Formats: sequence, structure tokens, C-alpha cells
Amino acid sequence: MNKIMSDKKIIALYTLPALILLLILIYVPIVLTGYYGLMDWDGIGPMTFIGLDNYKALISDHLFWNSAYHSLLLAIFSVLSLIIYLAISLVLASQIKGADVFRKIYLIPMLLSSVAIAQLWMRIYHPSNGVMNRFLTSIGIENPPLWLSDTSLVLFAIFVPILWQYAGFYIIIYYAALRNIPNELVEAARIDGATPFQIAYKIKLPLISGVIKVTIVLAVIGSLKYFDLIYVMTDGGPNGASEVMASYMYKLAFRTNDFGYGSAIGFFLLILILLVTYLIRKLTTSREDNVQY
Amino acid sequence: MKEKLSETSDLNVSSAKKLPPSPKVAQSSLKHKLSHSVLYLILIIVGVIQILPLVWLFLFSLKDNQEVFNLPPLALPSSPKWENYLNVWTEGNIGVYFLNSVIVTGAAVILTVLLASFVTFAITRMHWKLNKFVLGLFMVGLMIPVHSTLIPLFSFYLNIGLMDHPLAIILTYTAFNLPLTIMILLGFYYTLPRELEEAAIMDGCTVHRMFFQIILPMTAPVVATTAIINMIYNWNEFVFVNTFISSDKYKTLTVGIQNFIGQYSTDWGAIGATLVISILPILIVFVLLSNRIVEGITSGSVKG
Repeated sequence: MNKIMSDKKIIALYTLPALILLLILIYVPIVLTGYYGLMDWDGIGPMTFIGLDNYKALISDHLFWNSAYHSLLLAIFSVLSLIIYLAISLVLASQIKGADVFRKIYLIPMLLSSVAIAQLWMRIYHPSNGVMNRFLTSIGIENPPLWLSDTSLVLFAIFVPILWQYAGFYIIIYYAALRNIPNELVEAARIDGATPFQIAYKIKLPLISGVIKVTIVLAVIGSLKYFDLIYVMTDGGPNGASEVMASYMYKLAFRTNDFGYGSAIGFFLLILILLVTYLIRKLTTSREDNVQY
Repeated sequence: MKEKLSETSDLNVSSAKKLPPSPKVAQSSLKHKLSHSVLYLILIIVGVIQILPLVWLFLFSLKDNQEVFNLPPLALPSSPKWENYLNVWTEGNIGVYFLNSVIVTGAAVILTVLLASFVTFAITRMHWKLNKFVLGLFMVGLMIPVHSTLIPLFSFYLNIGLMDHPLAIILTYTAFNLPLTIMILLGFYYTLPRELEEAAIMDGCTVHRMFFQIILPMTAPVVATTAIINMIYNWNEFVFVNTFISSDKYKTLTVGIQNFIGQYSTDWGAIGATLVISILPILIVFVLLSNRIVEGITSGSVKG
């Protein structure tokens, strides 16, 4: 039995195809990104080793910091929006009839491609024919905003579809976690006279803190690498007002053919994401993780 | 266990019933009903917000520009312009893009699910020293941002002659979906009873036969879940196709409609019809299999 189930040849046969794909298409590229970051390279011609010059240039590149700042803002918005999703999930999980139907409806936008969502919302925001401004003019606002071409509004305008797209995703995660809380705990608190708000704050939230932590990591990482929707809706514009790290990297590499510099940004993004994941997990580890129920 | 619980709660109810109903109790139940309705209202409003943009999309896909600009946004068209759908399907390359999406998505899903099942079987059921390390390699893959790999992958495919070839995206989708697929499969594989394999081997079954004839059929429910999650991801993918594919004959829907809309940016009906065509397959799958999708997303994210 053990002999057959530890046959080295079969183990190799079963794991190597997937492992080779993983190594060649994910692990080798992340190492190469760091390596290319040390080069002056247009993607086709010869590479010239320039040491840390790309990384030094990055530090003084205000366009890069501009995009990093926008990514950070998106991350903050996303984490704050978790509060809304959590509140909706608390309502949904409080033994309401039809909860199943609601959470499925909420999930629909999440299943659509970012390109379709971007194209749809571009029309919602259309200055004269979009739903948004036709509604605003119908209630008497004469000069409604231009949304996607207003440098001070564009990032908020982009965040609304993001909020809309991911609502269902986070709600079903929280909902599943909340439904796992044993009913006796909530009942006991209710008998002791706790209000629904107290039960949510003092009992339910601590019990799902592990899941909340995971969603914070997901929201921050998702925001740092956000790309598709912005690329289609505004292409980082107007005038860089919605540029994020991934879109800036894409532009440098595939439009200006600065592959070395683009790789440096790609590597920076990778390190940043690994670091942020580690830090959030470290910072949010608390006694509450050890709660047993 | 359940019976015991209901017994104790019955006791509570009966002891509460003995008390004469006080006006305070009646008031609080009214308050309860009121707050219940408010909660419902909140859920319904959120539901409407989630659906309304899509309803509007469907409505303007059946209108001509005059109706889009003059009628109220949620008004029905005087006569639905189904020809919008026919026009975009025959005029543009939508049919080609659609077929490419089906081929690329299908090939990547089959490859991913099969390879992931092999790996998960080897990691959870077979005995070897490096299994935890190999599993770790796959799990770290979950955190790698695709953008950090984009430039090296671009030059890799350029060098081996796979640039502008469907195989480039099929292989990339497979590699990037393996970690999540393995993670979802893992939980299910751990719960399979050991006796199963022991009995099979006693009967002289080889590992391959065991995998294909016993394990794979048994894991069918979770395999279906991962296949659907993979399908949604691949159908909607944009960055890889946009970077690796340049000729129209290989483009998938997400990138294809993007170009198509660029050319017809003033015809709202045509744009609406194109978008509806691109999201319809996912919506149909969702209507048919929403439970599996919800399950897959839940198990795929919480464990991460």
C-alpha cells in the first residue's frame, strides 16, 4: 500500500506538469522583473546594465509617486467600503427571509468583465446623455459635473463602479462567516439583554475577525494592482489624475517601450504587495484570533 | 443535538407565555416589526442599485440613438430594436471574438482543472517528503500580481514564437489559475476516506486507474465549482489578451469589444448590444449554477 502510494515516478508525473508551468510562467518572471529593472532596455534591442539607476529614477519621478498616491487612495477607499459591506452582511445574516436571493443579486456585477463594467459606467457618467447627469438636470442642477474629465472628481467617479462591482464578493464572504457563528452564543447574549448593536459589535465582529483580516488584505492588494477598469475608462487621465501604479507601469513598458524602467515599477509593486500582506497579517494578529467556539 | 436545542427554547417560550402580555411587550414587537421592514428596505435598495445599471444597459441596447437621448433612461423603446444585435453580430468580428473566448476559456479550464487535480491528489493522498513545500510554492503564487510578470512573459513569448498565438494566453491562464484551483480542491481531497485507496490497492488497482476511475468521479462536485470559477475568470480576462494578442482573428471578447466600441463610439444601441452579448454567457451560467458560484467564491477567498 505505502509502496504504491509513494511511487516517485507517479508523484513526478502528477506534479511536474503543473509545477513547470508555475515556475516558468510565474516564478521565473518575477525574478526576471527584478533583473530587467537593472537594465536599460527597449524590449527588443540589446540590454545595457545600469545598476540601480532605474530605481533611483523612480524615487525622483513625481509621475510615479502621483500614481502610487492614487493607488493608496483606492486602497483606503476600499478598506473603508468594507464597513458598508459588513453592515449589509450583518443585516442579511440576521435571519431574514430571502437572504439567499439578495446575496446572489448582489454578486452579479462581480461576475462581469471589467471592460464591460467600464464601458457601461462610461455611459452612466456621459456628460449629457448619461443616466447620472440626466437625473441631476431633471432635479434642477444646471451644470452637473463632467465626472470622468474633471481632475478633482475622476478618482471618486472611478471608485463608485469599483464599490458596485465588489459589493457582492465581500458580502458573501462576510455572510458565510456570520452564518458560521453558533446560534447559542447570540441567543445567550440576547437573553442577557444585549441590543442587536451590542451583539454585532461585541460578539459577532470579534468572532469573524479572522475573515475581516483576510478581506482587508484582499482589498488592499486588489487596490494596489487595480488596472483594467481604469485603463478602459480614463487611461489614467485626465492629465494623470486617475493614473495608478499598474497603469503607469503598463504605459511605460508597452507604449514608450521603456521595459527596464517598467520592470523596476513591476518589481517595486511585487515587493510592496508582499510587504503589505505581511504587515497587515502581523498588525492585525491579536488575541481574538485564538477565540474558540 | 438539534432536538435538545429546540426543547430548551420551547421551555423558554412556554415560561415567557405564562406572563400576562404587558403593553411593553406589544410595543417592542411593533418596534421589532418596524425595524425588520427598515432592514428589508435597505436590502432591497442595495439590490436595486446592483441591478439597475444592467437593466439600463439592456434597455438602451434595444433603442436607437434618438430614443436613448430623448426618452427617459428607464423608458421602454417604442419598438425593441433587436436588429442592433443582428447588426453587431454580422458587421463586426463579434462572432469570431466570441468563438475565441469559448475556445481559450474552455481549453484553459480543462487544462487547469486536470493539472490541479493531479497535483492535489499527489499532495494530499500520496506519501513524499516535499509535498508541503510544493504546496507552499503554489500557495505563494496566489499573492503574485500579474502585472509584475507581464514584461518578462511578453519577452518570453516573443522569444519562443508564441506571441500573438492563443496558446500563450491558454498557458498563462492555466498557470495563474492553478493556485486558487488547488486551494479549493484541497479541502475536499482531505476529507476523502483513506479506506478508499486501501481497498482499491488490495483489489490490485493501479494509481492511475484509482485516480481516473475513483478519485476524479468522487471529486466531481468540487471540480465543477472550480471549473465555473475558472470559466468566469478566463472569460473576463483582459490584460494578458491585450498584451499578447494583436491580430483580430485571435482576440477574445473582452479585448475585441473594446476595439469595436472604439469604432462605433456614437451608436449607443450597437454598444449596448455588444456589451450584452459579451456578458450574456456569464449571466446564463449564473442563473443555472449560482449556488456553485457562491460556494466557490466563498471557499476560494476565506481560506486565503
